[in-house]
Amino acid sequence: MSASELPTPHPTLLVPGDPGLTVDGVAAALAAHGYLADEGLATSIFLALVLHRPLLLEGEAGVGKTEVAKVLSAWSQGPLLRLQCYEGIDISQAVYEWDYARQLLHLRAAEASASMGAAEDEVYSERFLVRRPLLTAIDHGEGPPPVLLIDEVDRADDEFEAFLLEFLSEYAVTIPELGTFRAARPPIVIITSNRTRDVHDALKRRCLYHWVEHPDFEREVAIIALRAPQAVPELGRQVAAAVEQLRGMHLYKPPGVAESIDWTAALAALGQKRMDERTIDLTLGTVLKYQEDQNRVRAEGVEQLVRSALQRGA
Amino acid sequence: MSSRAAPTGAAATPLVAPERLVAGFTRALRRVGVAVATGSAVLYAEALAKVGLEDPDGVYWAGRATLVRRPEDVELYDRVFTAYWSEVTPLRLTQTQVQPVTLALDEEPDQEEIPDDDGPTGPDGDIRALRWSAVEVLTERDMGTLTAEEWAEAQRLIAALRISTELRPARRTRSSRGRSGSYPDLRRTFRLNVRHGGVPVERAWREPVERPRRMVFLLDVSGSMEDYSLAMARFAHAAVSSRRAGRVEVFTIGTRLTRVTRQLGRRDVEVALRTAGHAVSDWSGGTRLGDCIGEFNDVWGVRGLARGAIVVICSDGWDRGDPERMAVEMGRLSRVARRIVWVNPLKASPGYAPLARGMAAALPYVDQFVEGESIRSLEHLAALVSGAPGGRR
Ligand SMILES: Nc1ncnc2c1ncn2[C@@H]1O[C@H](COP(=O)(O)OP(=O)(O)OP(=O)(O)O)[C@@H](O)[C@H]1O
Ligand SMILES: [Mg+2]
Repeated sequence: MSASELPTPHPTLLVPGDPGLTVDGVAAALAAHGYLADEGLATSIFLALVLHRPLLLEGEAGVGKTEVAKVLSAWSQGPLLRLQCYEGIDISQAVYEWDYARQLLHLRAAEASASMGAAEDEVYSERFLVRRPLLTAIDHGEGPPPVLLIDEVDRADDEFEAFLLEFLSEYAVTIPELGTFRAARPPIVIITSNRTRDVHDALKRRCLYHWVEHPDFEREVAIIALRAPQAVPELGRQVAAAVEQLRGMHLYKPPGVAESIDWTAALAALGQKRMDERTIDLTLGTVLKYQEDQNRVRAEGVEQLVRSALQRGA
Repeated sequence: MSSRAAPTGAAATPLVAPERLVAGFTRALRRVGVAVATGSAVLYAEALAKVGLEDPDGVYWAGRATLVRRPEDVELYDRVFTAYWSEVTPLRLTQTQVQPVTLALDEEPDQEEIPDDDGPTGPDGDIRALRWSAVEVLTERDMGTLTAEEWAEAQRLIAALRISTELRPARRTRSSRGRSGSYPDLRRTFRLNVRHGGVPVERAWREPVERPRRMVFLLDVSGSMEDYSLAMARFAHAAVSSRRAGRVEVFTIGTRLTRVTRQLGRRDVEVALRTAGHAVSDWSGGTRLGDCIGEFNDVWGVRGLARGAIVVICSDGWDRGDPERMAVEMGRLSRVARRIVWVNPLKASPGYAPLARGMAAALPYVDQFVEGESIRSLEHLAALVSGAPGGRR
């Protein structure tokens, strides 16, 4: 494929590194890639880009934290590198690992040809290195810098946070056998957390911070219209209204934006142009993922939910 | 954000250099209790240089992104923002003006380090100075009846308690000698045996590490519980300083849920608890335990804070809310928590029966129901949370 065949960024949009970038410019670019950010989020993304700082996004499940990184990657055309955190994550999953199987084979082959001495050095060369997201993020080649997504950092533990802090200050990684890798241009870094526990202050201070709220009614309507265009607009408004109400019900898992979109799509697929009790009952599982929550809502009356959704969504 | 007060150009307001503005604003934030590090203040100045000072929304959001690091502080930030920026009119902020930002802040040193496991150790020494018999008596006393002096002594005794939490297996592993429960460590085995051409002559092993479980304290601060809850807060703090205890989180319950983890260990924990408590007296009818536990579940608990944790609730169970709600919320909590320990100082009184409606509703979900009125019973509690024999599940 020649360079001219590569997709080019949206012609009217500036790239993330452009000096003429503004908050409105960021919001417009995200919207062009299917993400509707409010002013607070757009400002923090703008600042992350121009100040070259990682951005920590915290908020409830499904408010669109992870999606920010995906959209930034689409916009900047930098590859998306995703590191999913979990309890006990360590360097070998986050940064690099040696490919033992291939190292072993190599040694065996060398043994057969009686060149062991050289082989011992060779097995610790880049050929046998398995690169994980953090190493790839700083050791990228030409082209736009990657977007590094460190997802759900609250699931990792203190040791890993301490390591991240160091990584995000230096953008460098030292591999004892090979030396130090350092980023010529730092990646764009998005860190997300559901706040199942507090991220350490020092790490927070390294980052810009934004608490992501559920979108307000009109924004949610717009997001649904964008992501489920097959549904008639009234249906989207009614779903947004119903979801807004569900969020106020102290459910085990309140629905996020993803659920609004799925719900609208499900209702549209059933040929619905407006909400009614029967189809809500049929599709409740797409918006409430816990049996307990579904029972709650059914017990309190689907009828009432429909009534106020129709009213508000009108 | 159209309602946000714009930094106006009224002639009466003084023109102030931007870096002074930033310093003044961050100082005002600190005064109301928002922790702002110097690094963050500098970052705010840099951010303002990018968004400009003309647009109040930009000034607002730049501060939110750089100075606020938790949603609880947003309300305080908003208040200070409105108060502060309506008072001053900044000079136009241009990039060249901002470059050498020297903020003359009255600073506490900025701690950038993540402390390692070797946290502070409990106080010692001075306890031995107390006459043995005096200590012996104090440990048995009901903490609701202590004089100020005795209370000070009691606090020292609580701080000296050795608290460890029950362990849970973690996914992380460490090198081991290959006892049972271990599995081969390929990476190290290979490295050990490079000289043998990779033939595994020597073997390396790993085994799972165990970690202490998290502890969550929910402390009732309504009138009659105040002293006991304060003692429990000290207990929680002793757990924080212990290397063998897991992460500790503390909330007050009563009329509303308040997180006081950050105040723990500072003098203000006492202030925080007493203020939370003063909002309600037992007969004012304001205590709503079920609602508070529900709020805890919604905002913190089921999202993960209580998952696998040992939850200690300290309350007399006196609840003016709906017992049904109490039962529902305790049920939710018990499904995520490892176990629930309910500490009720009234239990120590002779002839006590859990008749308070809230207490009766909660009891089916409680794994251990203990006293906690004296230091002696706190010692017992310490043994309980360590998962010592006798603990359920
Ligand atoms: N502002 C938005 N504009 C467009 N789509 C959005 C927006 N917010 C959320 N979405 C949609 O909602 C879906 C869920 O978002 P995402 O997975 O990013 O949530 P999250 O906050 O990372 O949730 P979790 O905590 O569960 O990981 C996305 O796939 C996206 O389609
Ligand atoms: Mg996510």
